[in-house]
Amino acid sequence: MQTDTMAMTFVAFCLPFLGAALAPVLTRFLGHNAAWPLALFPAAIFLHFSGFLSEIAAGGVVTGGYAWVPSYNVSFSWLIDGLSLTFLLLISGIGTLIVLYSGGYLKGHPHQGRFFSFILMFMGAMLGLVACDSFLMLFVFWELTSITSFLLIGFDHAREAARRAALQALVVTGGGGLFLLAGLLVLWNVTGVTQLSLLLSFGEEVRASPFYAAILVLVLGGAFTKSAQFPFHFWLPNAMEAPTPVSAYLHSATMVKAGVYLLMRLNPVLGGTTPWATILPAFGGLTLLVGGVLAIRQTDLKLMLAYTTVASLGLLVMLTGFGSEHAAAAAALYLVAHSLFKGALFMVAGAIDHETGTRDVTRLGGLARLMPVTFVTALLAALSMGGLPPFFGFLAKEEVYAALAGGNLRAVAFTLAAVIGNAMVFAAAFAVALKPFLGPRVETPKAPHEAPLLLWLGPVVLAVLGLGAGLLSHVVHPLVSSPLAAAIAGRPETVTISAMPHAGLPLLLSAVTIALGIGTYLLLDRARTAAARLLEDIGWGPDRGFDQFMAGLVRFSHRLTRLLQPGLMEAYLTVTFVIVALALLVPLAWYGEWPRLPIWPADAQFHELAVMALALAGVFGVLAAQNRLNAILALGIQGFAVALLFLLFGAPDLSFTQFMVETLSVVILALVMTRLRLQPRDARPLAQRLPDAAIAIACGLGFSLYLLKVTQGRFDPVLTEFFDLYSKSIAHGANVVNVIIVDFRGTDTLGEIAVVMTTGLAILSLIRIRKGAAGPAMAGGDGKAIAYGNSPSGLPAISPTRGENPRGTRLRNVSSGEAAGLSPPPRGEGGEGSSRIRGDAGADVRTGRERQP
Amino acid sequence: MEVPFSLLIGIFFAAAVYLMLSKFLVRILLGVAILGNAVNLLLFTTGRIVREVPPIIPAAFDHQVAVTANPLPQALILTAIVISFSFFAFLLVLSYRAFQDLGTDNANEMRVAEPAADIAPPTGY
Repeated sequence: MQTDTMAMTFVAFCLPFLGAALAPVLTRFLGHNAAWPLALFPAAIFLHFSGFLSEIAAGGVVTGGYAWVPSYNVSFSWLIDGLSLTFLLLISGIGTLIVLYSGGYLKGHPHQGRFFSFILMFMGAMLGLVACDSFLMLFVFWELTSITSFLLIGFDHAREAARRAALQALVVTGGGGLFLLAGLLVLWNVTGVTQLSLLLSFGEEVRASPFYAAILVLVLGGAFTKSAQFPFHFWLPNAMEAPTPVSAYLHSATMVKAGVYLLMRLNPVLGGTTPWATILPAFGGLTLLVGGVLAIRQTDLKLMLAYTTVASLGLLVMLTGFGSEHAAAAAALYLVAHSLFKGALFMVAGAIDHETGTRDVTRLGGLARLMPVTFVTALLAALSMGGLPPFFGFLAKEEVYAALAGGNLRAVAFTLAAVIGNAMVFAAAFAVALKPFLGPRVETPKAPHEAPLLLWLGPVVLAVLGLGAGLLSHVVHPLVSSPLAAAIAGRPETVTISAMPHAGLPLLLSAVTIALGIGTYLLLDRARTAAARLLEDIGWGPDRGFDQFMAGLVRFSHRLTRLLQPGLMEAYLTVTFVIVALALLVPLAWYGEWPRLPIWPADAQFHELAVMALALAGVFGVLAAQNRLNAILALGIQGFAVALLFLLFGAPDLSFTQFMVETLSVVILALVMTRLRLQPRDARPLAQRLPDAAIAIACGLGFSLYLLKVTQGRFDPVLTEFFDLYSKSIAHGANVVNVIIVDFRGTDTLGEIAVVMTTGLAILSLIRIRKGAAGPAMAGGDGKAIAYGNSPSGLPAISPTRGENPRGTRLRNVSSGEAAGLSPPPRGEGGEGSSRIRGDAGADVRTGRERQP
Repeated sequence: MEVPFSLLIGIFFAAAVYLMLSKFLVRILLGVAILGNAVNLLLFTTGRIVREVPPIIPAAFDHQVAVTANPLPQALILTAIVISFSFFAFLLVLSYRAFQDLGTDNANEMRVAEPAADIAPPTGY
């Protein structure tokens, strides 16, 4: 590939995103006419990729790309064969028409610029998805289509139904994307390649691999959710909450076809096996029938079309997996035909809705004279959808029957399914194309007239293309159909079928389909009632299941959160320490790394052991303390004993610091703790005391064993030697510890000072909150105001607890209220310090009371 | 001397954990204080214990010549002591203020920030 062509192709992939960035600005200046310049972006892309047609038709493959993360073998590379090129042309071509159509459909909408932006982003994601070569890009673009379609479906976000539909599409298709990711990872592990082009030559290895079943399930999970196969079909009709241009685009050629694209792309690799040829036709056939029944059931034009889309996707999946001689050709033809007629019909439905104000087929009629262009367009598209000659849909249907028909039971069953499904699709197609236009004129919410140019241009082009492609099949087949079928089948294919009816079993089946379809159309009202009754009898559907699933998920996560976050510090600490104990003990046991039996040091001096005993006495004293004084005393003993230990073992600096800190700690503790009450006994019941003690002992044991193990190992003195060597020669200090503190780790010490300062400030502000809050109370002299105003940092006022404080301690808030003249300040029975609480902090309040008149 | 130190430290940790598992702030605070000492001793012991010889370089030399206590853990502990002290002081004042405003020193009763009732989350869209 020429360098400049490669650069151009890369630009083509970037263009939609550029357009998305420009769209809001252009819309601001040009209003809905911004559609014209914006349509140039997809049109340019279409023209660029059209240039590849001859190369692809000659059997070539266009590849190219740029290395992205070479060390991980990740590249932005593309692989354009018949399959990719068809999709690229459909996406960019229909995209051009859709952009124009959006200009007319959302004319005057306040967020039209945003809409253009979303739809162009979505287009960019789709283009990347169908052309990219690397697994990573495939997954990224796959999820990008999910996200952008979420934005598009939820565009009308003020309505709950739109929000629900958007979320549903995101959950279903995004969840499927995770399946796809897992499937791609397994594929990568099995084959060792991360590029689709290389993967195609690994088909036999993959099919023979023991992981084939896993790959199949995961890939199908991604494709079936994206392509709305039963039982994941429910998100697609709900996505009709989106504005019609979105429906026309997502559900004709793009989003829902992504899953089909994936299946077609991987057909040469995964296909041909019994599971593949069973699962795909089975799910596809079921989807075809379910989609058909549900389409008949509807009265809303868009919903009817949506369900026929479901049915068509089922047919495509069925053909992709069927594996008979004509199956790939049939899938190729039907794919193209469906994109053309479904896009046109969706846009027609939107035009009817736009001009009349309703989409309900029972409230429409007689529009043919008022909207002639729309009517002719709808008719053309429906004729193609119904599979009548010489439309392209006819060719597709002939090929479908040629592929399915056969002598064995499987072929008969699937042929039957296809005939019934197609008949229902036929009926739905003509219900959309004829019912609103024929018959007596029905009053509609808006007075209808022909749609403006922007609204009919797109559908006309697509409908005429459907006719033209059928008539000029000898031109279309070599350029599009044959390369597409070859890429699906993984071997050269030549599609020859023409619009000339030729006698044979397929033609007969077509005739049966059409007859059945006409019958259903004529009895549509009765068929609708029957379908409705059938569905009512079933009652539950996956759509309701989705609601139940989401509600269950929310409730489950709520319960899990309350379980993990009970808001009890006890619970958090218990979990923390259990994990600490496990983290210490489990590795020791797991790896058999228990320390050797410790040998009591022979040189242990009596005074050293005595100091340790003193420390232990302090610790046990704290544990057993019944009142404040004993607890403070015991804590002090423990701290000073540690200081003595430091002194005895060569750390005088530590010792002095520890003495100082312990003294200060005891002083502060004594000041504060006289106000806090130490419970006379540790009030834990035995049932709690035992597990607590077990956890504590496990932690202690863990630390002891770990320390023994560490100290039994070799000591690496390299850092110590460094400091010993350089403390004096470089930093000019003889006291190595001091040199480390102020010099080698000077920045660290600066940080330490900052911590101390910050804590000091925090303590100061904690204390000042009270004093500051007492100020306005003085001025106002309103006890109630104090009670509320005093509560710091938005804590709810505590005044309601005033009378019901269980331990009889007075709250400062309350007491200051009382201090402001309501009643004499109480002498708390809470302890000897309670009068002193108000000593300093309460002084202002007292002054305030004196000022009371 | 590492063996007696290891055992002592284990008991320090066990006592600290037991105190911190209490519901009452005062005991939790005492636990935090003991935990600080336990960690400092742990650091001290991992640097190995040497008796009575502080890490000071003699005046006549420009590098260490004798076997002394390990200076590195000491430097680390020096920082740790100061920080654990300020932390302790902060927690102490915080508990005191919480006690003043909430009227309780039982951590389980401090539920101002917790939802009052177990309200089920909305399940709509």
